[in-house]
Amino acid sequence: MTAYLILENGRVFQGEFFGAAGEAVGEVVFTTGMTGYLETITDPGYHGQIILQSFPLIGNYGVIPADLEKDSISAKAYICKYPCQEPSNYRNEGDLDTFFMSKGIVGVKGIDTRALAKLIRDNGVMNAKITSQPPTEADRVQAAAYKIEAAIPAVSCKEVKTYGSGNLHVALLDFGMKDSLVKSLMARGCKVSVFPHDASPNMIMSMRPDGIMLSSGPGDPADPTNQVIIDNLKELIKLDIPMFGVCMGHLLLARAKGFETTKMKFGHHGSNQPVKDLKTGRVYISSQNHGYAAVAAREDCYFVNVNDGSCEGMDYGRSFSVQFQPEGRSGPTDTAFLFDKFVENMKEARNA
Amino acid sequence: MPRDKSIKKTMVIGSGPIVIGQAAEFDYAGTQACRVLREDGIEIVLVNSNPATIMTDNNIADHIYIEPLTLTTVKRIIEKERPDSILSGLGGQTGLTLSMQLAKDGFLDKMNVRLLGSLPETIDRAEDRQMFKDTMEEIGQPCIPSVIANELDTALSFADDMGYPVIVRPAFTMGGSGGGIAGNEEELREIATLGLSLSPIRQILVERSIAGWKEVEFEVMRDRAGNAIIICSMENFDPVGVHTGDSIVVAPTVTLADREYQMLRTASLNIVHSLKIEGGCNVQLALNPHSDEYAVIEVNPRVSRSSALASKATGYPIAKVATKIAIGYTLDEIINSVTGTTYAAFEPTLDYVAVKFPKWPFDKFVYADMKLGTQMKATGEVMSIADNFEEALLKAVRGAEIGLTTLDLPRLADKTDAAIRKELLQVTDQRLFVLYEAIKRGISIDELNQITKVDKWFLNSLLNIYKSSPRLQKPLVYKKVDTCAGEYEAKTPYFYSIENAEENEALPYAQKNDKPKIIVLGSGPIRIGQGIEFDYACVHCVWTLREMGYEVIVINNNPETVSTDFDTADRLYFEPLHIDDVMSIINQEKPEGVIVAFGGGTAIKLTRELAKRGVNIIGTSADSIDICEDRSRFDELLESLGISRPAGFSIMNTDEALEASAKLGYPVLLRPSYVIGGQNMIIAHQPEDIVEYMKIILRSKQDNPVLVDKYLQGLEIEVDAICDGKDVLIPGIMEHIERTGVHSGDSISVYPMRKESQLKTLGGFSQLKISNEPSMVAGQETDELSAKLYNLTEKLCLALNVKGLINIQYVLYNGEIYVIEVNPRASRTVPYISKVTGIPMCALATKVSIGKTLAELGVAPGIGKVPDYVAVKVPVFSFEKLAGLDITLGPEMKSTGEVLGIGRSLMEALYKGLVASKCNLKHEGGILLTVRESDKQEALGIAKKYKDLGFNIYATGGTAAFLKAHDFENVEVVEKIQNNAENNTVTLLESGKISYVICTTSKGRDPALDEVKIRRRACVLGIPCLTSLDTAMALADCLLSGFNEETTELVDINNF
Repeated sequence: MTAYLILENGRVFQGEFFGAAGEAVGEVVFTTGMTGYLETITDPGYHGQIILQSFPLIGNYGVIPADLEKDSISAKAYICKYPCQEPSNYRNEGDLDTFFMSKGIVGVKGIDTRALAKLIRDNGVMNAKITSQPPTEADRVQAAAYKIEAAIPAVSCKEVKTYGSGNLHVALLDFGMKDSLVKSLMARGCKVSVFPHDASPNMIMSMRPDGIMLSSGPGDPADPTNQVIIDNLKELIKLDIPMFGVCMGHLLLARAKGFETTKMKFGHHGSNQPVKDLKTGRVYISSQNHGYAAVAAREDCYFVNVNDGSCEGMDYGRSFSVQFQPEGRSGPTDTAFLFDKFVENMKEARNA
Repeated sequence: MPRDKSIKKTMVIGSGPIVIGQAAEFDYAGTQACRVLREDGIEIVLVNSNPATIMTDNNIADHIYIEPLTLTTVKRIIEKERPDSILSGLGGQTGLTLSMQLAKDGFLDKMNVRLLGSLPETIDRAEDRQMFKDTMEEIGQPCIPSVIANELDTALSFADDMGYPVIVRPAFTMGGSGGGIAGNEEELREIATLGLSLSPIRQILVERSIAGWKEVEFEVMRDRAGNAIIICSMENFDPVGVHTGDSIVVAPTVTLADREYQMLRTASLNIVHSLKIEGGCNVQLALNPHSDEYAVIEVNPRVSRSSALASKATGYPIAKVATKIAIGYTLDEIINSVTGTTYAAFEPTLDYVAVKFPKWPFDKFVYADMKLGTQMKATGEVMSIADNFEEALLKAVRGAEIGLTTLDLPRLADKTDAAIRKELLQVTDQRLFVLYEAIKRGISIDELNQITKVDKWFLNSLLNIYKSSPRLQKPLVYKKVDTCAGEYEAKTPYFYSIENAEENEALPYAQKNDKPKIIVLGSGPIRIGQGIEFDYACVHCVWTLREMGYEVIVINNNPETVSTDFDTADRLYFEPLHIDDVMSIINQEKPEGVIVAFGGGTAIKLTRELAKRGVNIIGTSADSIDICEDRSRFDELLESLGISRPAGFSIMNTDEALEASAKLGYPVLLRPSYVIGGQNMIIAHQPEDIVEYMKIILRSKQDNPVLVDKYLQGLEIEVDAICDGKDVLIPGIMEHIERTGVHSGDSISVYPMRKESQLKTLGGFSQLKISNEPSMVAGQETDELSAKLYNLTEKLCLALNVKGLINIQYVLYNGEIYVIEVNPRASRTVPYISKVTGIPMCALATKVSIGKTLAELGVAPGIGKVPDYVAVKVPVFSFEKLAGLDITLGPEMKSTGEVLGIGRSLMEALYKGLVASKCNLKHEGGILLTVRESDKQEALGIAKKYKDLGFNIYATGGTAAFLKAHDFENVEVVEKIQNNAENNTVTLLESGKISYVICTTSKGRDPALDEVKIRRRACVLGIPCLTSLDTAMALADCLLSGFNEETTELVDINNF
């Protein structure tokens, strides 16, 4: 069935549906990762967005339940050039088409994905509407009017849940995390209690955590619904408890520390972003998915992006945060040592 | 870290001649390296024995030595030039091994020279099997269970414990030379013995076979600060068991889940960190398709063939960055030259796939063993790019020039299903097509996966190709290779076509039209008969046109070359050199014309079709090109000019061939028209040979007739000339050491041609009737023979209205000059003649082809001034890698590459050429003679010469009897193998008593023949085997001249 993608600037792409056919409106972002479509699709960080995959051959290894980051899909739709009908992998349990159908996710295939990605690169992020009907001006208006709001409350968990057992106890604030964040901490001998995004400092501290992990998540850090989180973080900062923020966690912590955040032209979405540790001069390849950045002078940064110089991390002493995702999934885990640093910080704080 | 300022003068070691396993990629890498060093103001001393390289051009380095790549010679160059450093990682295995030898014996320390790039300890830990295994164990990286053996018994007992099959890999050999899979004890004995003998340190690795696992490669780059990135991942279509150089490869990996990919990526990074690599490195891994078990296969601590592929597949200039790292920069300080705004410290990401398809020599070597295993057999490769595997694979096949535009192999159509299944049990160069045939017949993907272990994803792709309708005539759309999947704007992109897309990214460039545009066609994959020389010529053509203000567009599909480097042309289309693909680009670009004269047979073959479609062929016209290829038109031309050629006929079938041969009288020469490198060319001595030949040739469809010529055994002379339609310049006249009958590409070629008086002294040549009277050519005084050659050349050039280069082969027979071949295009001798004479032949030819006259260019017609030096081009073969192939030289070309020797005298140059070709020049020992009846008289003189040099003479029955009958004492008679004697020719060879074998036969290339076995054995044992008496005579003269590696003059061709 023919699928139309109408961008807010009026440009129309014509492709075909796969997965669930139907309507979808969202913000189009392109991700350049060549592997990891399962992790990408199930990353709540894409809430409200239409994911455009630059790599054309998607679905080759099928659907592997163990590799999904969440059971649900927060993205509004998914676009790729050639979804694979006959996947091959010893862990594969089905193809993407069927999976999307079961999850009610709209998929679009066969469009000039590179042309669309370049359009976004040149014009900045744009909204779009996907429909099976020939496009009208009303579709464009509907796309243009779309806004992602109150994203974190939409994807965060509703109640506290504790995972694993371990000597160190981490309170993880869920802004729309991927499950591998919990796994990364557990792998380092931590007990992890996951809290809803707006959990109060009292509620968190009542469980006597050794440190607080701030997860990744969707939307604009300056969204009014996030003010409660920022206020809570300000309280927690006063307690001098070790904190480690990633992605949205990094942005919210930055705001709590008094830094501004800004919307980037088209953000960083992919597995190949080089970040430089300004203390050591070492460069690492990182996995990223963000459309906003903290506004900070280079001397205030812990990490910066090698290509565009944007802020990729801050070190506040006992607390630190990074814009990228050291847990990978998808993408490299070259910076996984940051979890070790967090563990060290917690041990130090406990012994202090 | 900024650049290390203590580096002021660096030696760059090239990789030497093209051989299987080491092709043009190192010219590409070395040239990039030199440019980086230049940019940073470093003085460069370049050493390479291969003259057909861009890196040995005078504008690339400051001091250029086309000298043997041996320890002694390189040491002498270091003593003379006193560089402060050596770049070791860009000259392939040859350059790396030499650098390591220099470091290990303390010479570099003594001379205060340091190795740039990885430290010697690092290289040792990566290359030495035991040290590598130990290192991997230390960092917990799994290796394949294996044993390091210095003797056969160790290998045998390991295999007893592990069970067969086992894989043998010799240490420090390139392209897996001497390796193989042994299925039983007998095979292991054979392979291990060979492997031990080929390894310079007499060491082999014997390992558990993991055949059938996925084979995955990562190209890694690491700097001295410890930053490391993956440039490209690659996955082999062919699972473990086939050498990666012989595998169809796709980049990036396509069947690995992110978890598997990251596991292997992290492993690769951990490995390069533990080895402390500085520069480019290649990590090969195997992944069990049924679990997450993996194993490290090997690490190449240098820029490799895979690096060239990865560079071209991603746009990331690996050699350039590796060189920058070697001189001190870190990745975050190096700008990504494709985007111009981002840095080298990032991982390229693709929004397409690149497919590599190997080019094998089996179309020429019909008797060679076509089985694929751990020994690489491909001579070259093509790469294609598309946004899906199916399209990319079809493009690769189309571009490989194997006579196929689809996956349908006609030979398979008549086979039974059972026969198809049986063929799949053995991996050969045709497996892809057999698989496709099986799929067409409905054999299930599961079954095919079980038989071949080829991943089902690939097999399903073949099924998709079968199911998809035949290619629609949809206009192609071009997309950019930009290293970043569109995330950043590219400054120096190159293009590939796809079928289904809206935006044509090349169009804005094509429509600019601010400069006149010309398309230059490249030469496609490296193969026997069409090597790196043609890329050399193309690159020079491109550079010249750009200098002249043209916008130059290159079409080529060989990832190993300089012509496909991102900044060689204004625009590169990485596309097959197939008429449809080329026309699509021409229609889009609308150039003033197309230049076909530099891209070898590949480009020339397209001329007729291009002209038919109204495309302007720049330079010599399509019609003239056709005259040279069309037998009857060519004969007419010669007749009208009064030029002789050997009598001959065009025929289409066996009966006509027999009839023609009977008329001409044997021996005759048979060849198809429109061929490269004497492909399928033989000398037939009797009707049986004709029948055998026609059977082989008619296997593939012949559009053009087969040519039958009277074979004249005379002196072969070769001329490269430049003509502007009026004036003719012959930069140099060359003679061949071997008489006609040996393909010109396999002959030892001498420049300048010797004087007539000297020519007469050659064995077998007493027929010269040309007087010594001086003659005049275009106002210059010259000898009569040269004058005659000039006049013939001029006549041909003018008659053909040549505008550019022409290569003519003459034979001097019974005092008369015959024309045997005319090619109105660049030839393989152009690079070396350009270098030795200092005449920039490709540049001049390019200029005249677009309308300049030689007079305007300030070039006087005539014969180029003869320099004070003699240059000898010596062919280099890859025989040890092609089991079953008869190494006898004949009209069909067999060499894969060449080296050059430059000296004050012919003998000095020849000596250097032979040393450079790795001919094992011994001054003592024995000679084994076994020659055909017609050669016996001449062999007598040769035997005497070797005897006078102090060699012991051994000969087989007939030859020995002849020698004895002619008062030749002290010949030891050796039994033939077929006589089943305990002491026969082969046991003699193995005894180590023989230094040279002289072996000629009257007929046959069948591996079962006794002589073929002797020659193969000699080849495997590294004993020079001379199959032409002329070579044997020249070698004797050379030994007699008394040169050694300490006494030759080191010639810096940049400062003659």
